Amino acid sequence: MLSVKENLIVDFSADLLKKFAEVVSRYPEGKQKSALLPLLHLVQEEYGWLSVDAMDKVALFLNIQPIEVYEVATFYTMFLLQPQGKYLLEICRTGPCCLVGAERIMQHIENKLGVKEGEVTPDGLFSWRGVECLAACGFGPVLQIGPAYTFYENLTEESVDKLINELKEKAKTEA
Amino acid sequence: MGRKLLLEHIHVPGINTLAVYREKGGYRAVEKALKTMSPDDVLEEVKKSGLRGRGGAGFPTGMKWSFLAKPEGVPRYLVCNGDESEPGTFKDRFLMTHIPHALIEGMIVSSYALGAKTSYIYIRGEMMPQIRIIENAIQEAKAAGLLGKNILGSGYDLEIYVQPGGGAYICGEETALLESLEGKRGNPRIKPPFPAVAGLYGCPTVVNNVESIAAVVPIVNDGGEEYAKIGIERSTGTKLISASGNLVKPGVYEIEMGLPVEEFIYSDEYCGGIANGKKLKAVVAGGSSVPILPANLITKTIQGNPRLMTYESLADGGFVSGTAMGSGGFIAFDEDQCIVRNTWNYTRFYRHESCGQCSPCREGTGWMEKLLYRIETGTGNLEDIDLLWDIQRRIEGNTICPLGDAAAWPVAAAIRHFRDEFEWHIMNPQEAQTRNYGLAQYADPLEPVVS
Amino acid sequence: MADEIQKFKVSIDGITIEVDPGTTILNAARKIGGDIVPPAMCYYSKLEGSGGKCRTCLVKVSKGSEKDPRPMPKLVASCRTTVMDGMEVMNITSPEVLDARKGVVEMLLINHPLDCPVCDQAGECKLQDLSYEHGTEQTRYEFERRSFERIDIGDKIQLHMNRCILCYRCVYTANQLTGKREHGIIYRGDHAEISTFIENALDNDFIGNVIDVCPVGALTDKTFRFKNRVWFTKPVDAHRDCPSCSGKVTLWYKGTDVIRVTGRKDEYDEVDEFICNTCRFEKKHTDDWVLEHPTDVSDQSVIASNHYHAFNPPPVIKEDAQLKEANIEQLARSEKLK
Repeated sequence: MLSVKENLIVDFSADLLKKFAEVVSRYPEGKQKSALLPLLHLVQEEYGWLSVDAMDKVALFLNIQPIEVYEVATFYTMFLLQPQGKYLLEICRTGPCCLVGAERIMQHIENKLGVKEGEVTPDGLFSWRGVECLAACGFGPVLQIGPAYTFYENLTEESVDKLINELKEKAKTEA
Repeated sequence: MGRKLLLEHIHVPGINTLAVYREKGGYRAVEKALKTMSPDDVLEEVKKSGLRGRGGAGFPTGMKWSFLAKPEGVPRYLVCNGDESEPGTFKDRFLMTHIPHALIEGMIVSSYALGAKTSYIYIRGEMMPQIRIIENAIQEAKAAGLLGKNILGSGYDLEIYVQPGGGAYICGEETALLESLEGKRGNPRIKPPFPAVAGLYGCPTVVNNVESIAAVVPIVNDGGEEYAKIGIERSTGTKLISASGNLVKPGVYEIEMGLPVEEFIYSDEYCGGIANGKKLKAVVAGGSSVPILPANLITKTIQGNPRLMTYESLADGGFVSGTAMGSGGFIAFDEDQCIVRNTWNYTRFYRHESCGQCSPCREGTGWMEKLLYRIETGTGNLEDIDLLWDIQRRIEGNTICPLGDAAAWPVAAAIRHFRDEFEWHIMNPQEAQTRNYGLAQYADPLEPVVS
Repeated sequence: MADEIQKFKVSIDGITIEVDPGTTILNAARKIGGDIVPPAMCYYSKLEGSGGKCRTCLVKVSKGSEKDPRPMPKLVASCRTTVMDGMEVMNITSPEVLDARKGVVEMLLINHPLDCPVCDQAGECKLQDLSYEHGTEQTRYEFERRSFERIDIGDKIQLHMNRCILCYRCVYTANQLTGKREHGIIYRGDHAEISTFIENALDNDFIGNVIDVCPVGALTDKTFRFKNRVWFTKPVDAHRDCPSCSGKVTLWYKGTDVIRVTGRKDEYDEVDEFICNTCRFEKKHTDDWVLEHPTDVSDQSVIASNHYHAFNPPPVIKEDAQLKEANIEQLARSEKLK
C-alpha cells in the first residue's frame, strides 16, 4: 500500500478538460471508461507523474471508482506514481538490446548521472530506469524520453554523453 | 530480389504522406473494394490468399474473419493489434513509422469486409511518435473523403480511432488488449467466448495484427490467388522479418515465404552475415517466445534439409529440433553470447510481464527467474537445471493465455540445446563470471564473413 | 405442456450424470459429489465472473462431445468450461491432471508464509486442505518469500497479504454486493496485491462478506482475532429478523460466548446467503438470535474433531468388550445425547 507523502493537488485546466472530452467522444455511449488510459497519459504529460489527487479527479470525470483508476495505473508500467527527474531516461534492457551492449549503456548512464536506477539526480534533472523491450531491437541499444517518448537508437557511450549534455543545456535555456 | 508487397515504396521520399502514397498507387484497394466488391467478396479474396495472422499465432486470417458473428442490430468491431512488444519484433513500428497509410488503407478495406462502422488501432503507449503519425494519417485520409461518412460515395461509413496502451506486453494477447481498450487491467479473458462472438463491449470483434491488416491491401489489389502464388504450402505471401542481434545489417526485411534461412542470414540482400567477423552460435527465429536453436539446427533441419522461412519449415522437428515462425523476430547470437544470461533475461521479462491472474504463471515465472539468476551469478546447483525443467513443464499449457507457454518454451529450449553450457556455468562459477562458454559443438557451419 | 429442456449427458471419471446445458464441468461434478469433485480455490458459484484463475480445478476432457469427440488439446479449468452432450471428463483418473494439480499447489505455496500455527483461518483454510490432499511434504523453493505489511482495512477486517492467493473473490464480492468498490488488485504479476492503494477503510454494510469468501487467512475478522482456534469452537445455526439481510447465520460458540458470526457455508465452503455487517460484527449475544440447531459439520473437518458430534461407535466397538471398556466415556456421552 502506498502511503501518500507527496500528493500533488491538481486542478485540470480548461484546455486539458477539452482534450478529455474529445477522447471520451471516441467510444460508444456509456463506455467512457475506455478513455482511462489515454486520459492518464494526458495527465502525466501535463504534470510529469500521476498523483493520487489527479487519479481521483480522473475517476470523477469518468464517473468510475477511484480504485478502478489505481488498479489500472499500477498495472501499466508507463504510469509514474512518484515524481521523477525532469528527464526520465528509459533504457531497453531486454534480450536483443543486451546482445548489442544495453547493459554496458545502463552501467554507463548510472556512472555518468551518479544515481541508481529509480533515483533522481540532486539537481532534479534526471532519473533513469531499465524498461522491457521497446520494439526497436534492430537499432539497439535504445532509450526513450517521455512525455513525447523521443527515441534514441544505436546508443554508444559517446552518444549518451552527448545526449545528456544536450539535455542539460536545454534545461538551462528553459529555466 | 524477392517481391515486395508492403515495403515496395519504403524509400520513396514522402511516402508517409497521403499525396505521395496515392501517387504510388495507394488507396486503390479502397476504391476497388468499396466500389466493385461486396464485403463477402473481400472476405473470399482474403480466404483465397491463405494469409495467416502475422502477430505470432499464424491463424488463417480469412477463417478468423468468417467466424465473426453477425447478429442483427449489434455493432461489430475491428481492432488492430499494434501492441508490438515481443522481444525481437519491431516490424509494426517500422511499418507505422514509414508507411502509415498502408495500415489505414488496410483498416478501411478490412472494416468494410467485416461490416465494422467503428474501428480501433491499439498501439503500445511507448510508441507515442507512431501514435501521432497514425493519428495524422487518419486526419489526412478523412480530409480526402477516405474515412468518415459515405466513403467515396459508396454509402459506407467508418471512423478509426487510435488507442494508446500503457506499457504491458500482455496486451498483445487479443482479449487482454480488449480489456485494456475497455479501460481495465490487461488481464486476458477466459475463452470461450471468443472475441468473434463477444469481444469489445461484448460485441463481435476481430483483432488482427498491423502487418496482417496491411497485407489485405495487396490481396485486394491483385487478388487472393495472386498473393497465394508467393510462398510454399500453407505459408503464402510475403512476411516482414525483424532481424536483430549480432548481424551485419539488422533491420526490417520483407521476404517471400520460402527463403532459405541461410540465405537470409548471410546474403548481402538481407542480413549480410554475422557482425564483426564472428561465428553464429544460435538463433531465436520468431520472437523471444519461440524455442532457441543452435546454429546447426537453424540453417538445416534434423534431416539435413535446408531450413526455409516458412511456418512449416521452421517448425520442422517440433520442439525437439524445430522452432516456430512466431511474429518474425529473428534474433542472431554470435559466439560471444551467453545462453544462460540470455535465458535469465527473457525469463525476467516474462516475470515482469505476467499479469498475475493464473497461479502457475504468476509464481512460476518468478521462481524460474530466481533460479536462472542464481545460475548466472555463480551460486546455482546442478539440480537447478532439472528443477527449471520441471517448473516450465508445469506452467506450459496450464494457464488462461499463452504467456505461460511463452515463458516456458525459451527455458525448455535453452536447456534442451545448451544443457552443457548451463552445467559449465554451475561447475565453473568463477570462470563463468569472466568469460563466456563460447561455441562448444554448435559451431557455425560457414566461414565467417569478412567485411 | 412445455417442451422439456434437453439434458446433456456427461461422464466424469466414468460416472455419468445428466445436467442442464450451460452447466460447468465443476458443477456437474458437484452434483455427483465425492472424490471426483475438483478442488476450487478461486471459483465461487455466487460470484459472477469468478473462477479460471487458480488452476487447481484443471481437468482433462478426453472426449469433447458426441458430435465432436475430439479431446481438448489442453487441460481445462472445470469451473469455467461448460459441458457438451456426450462429454467425457477425467479428473482423479488422469495422472496428467493429478500432476498438474500438484504443480499448481506447489506454485500456490512457494510464496505462502505457512504460518498456520498463528493464522486464524487454520482449521477452515482451503489452502491447508488443498495441500494436504494434493501437495507434497517438502518444498523445493529456496528463496525468500514475498512479504507485505499487515494492514487493517477498517476496524473490523484485517488484510494479511502474505497469505493471499489472488483468487479475486473479495474483489468480485465488493463489486457485486456493495456497488462502490474501494479495494482491488493493484500492480501486476507476482507483485500484484489486494489493496485500497491509499489508506482507506472499507465501510460498506456488506463488506464483511469478503472474510467469508476468502479461501485463506488473508482477510480475517478482527473481532475474532486470536480469540480461539476454530476447532475449539462450536458452530450453531441461528437467525434473526434483520432489516438488511436474511439474518441466517452460523454462531461460533466458545462455552456460552458467541465469539464469531459468519454466513452459513455449504460443503464447498460457499455461503448460502451473504449477511450484513450488523449481524456479523454487532450481534454477539445469544439473546440477539433464535437458535436453530448445531451446524452440520463434515466428519472430515478438524472442527468435528472436538467430539462435537454424537459419538457413533461402529458395531465392532459395541460388541467387543475390550473396546467397549476403552471407549466407555464416549459411549456414555453418546447415550446422553440421544
